[in-house]
Amino acid sequence: MELSLFPRDFVAELDRLHRQVQRAFEISPSIRGFARGGFPALNVASTPQSVEIYAFAPGLEPKSIDVQLERGVLSIAGERMPAVPGERATVHVNERFAGHFHRVITLSDDLDPNEVRAAYREGVLHVSIKRLQSAQPRRVNVS
Amino acid sequence: MNEQSALLPPVDVVEDESGITLYADLPGVPKDKLSVQADAETLIIDGEMALEMPKDLEATHVEVNLPRYRRVFSLSKELDPNKLSAELKHGVLKLRIQKAERAKPRRIEVTG
Repeated sequence: MELSLFPRDFVAELDRLHRQVQRAFEISPSIRGFARGGFPALNVASTPQSVEIYAFAPGLEPKSIDVQLERGVLSIAGERMPAVPGERATVHVNERFAGHFHRVITLSDDLDPNEVRAAYREGVLHVSIKRLQSAQPRRVNVS
Repeated sequence: MNEQSALLPPVDVVEDESGITLYADLPGVPKDKLSVQADAETLIIDGEMALEMPKDLEATHVEVNLPRYRRVFSLSKELDPNKLSAELKHGVLKLRIQKAERAKPRRIEVTG
């Protein structure tokens, strides 16, 4: 009897290897312990006016996501429920993250805690934080 | 873009008597940028992200470094690629492939 309908064949093994190699060669610029490969994956970018954080956290209820900003440290926490298989079901592959998560990222200290927007769309949490007015570049007139 | 320049999305695959359910994490992919193709032998999931980005964006920390996901599975004969349904919610694709009628398990009476 064939147990696996999606066998871990040669190609799948290569894919897995490829992913491991990809991870091993990335350098993490973050000083906080949470290494790459954690859930959710984070991308951070900045503009002169704001800092934009993208957390790749699919399958959550938007209201259940806990986002906090305290003194330039952003924390994102929540829980992702595992898909519960039926009584007579067999799990062949189980790669997706399930359980509690908590990621913390240090941002710059020129951010305005009153100017934070967070939106969850297509499984991506986008947090946008404005920089303090006083920290924005200003043109100085030379007389 | 070729196959190498795509992320490999994590999946869960669960089988029951009537078919297979596959869950794939595809955060950032809207419905219209997702393609699911199945023939008798292969299932191909391909999705492109569409993130809202402000102007003058400069990346400072990048963990998701490609805007695309792709994953290919080989299907076995008892699955019916015509009986496939897909649902995308909050970046999770839920795919259901039914087994062909003849492949569903039958209880065999043992006499003796």
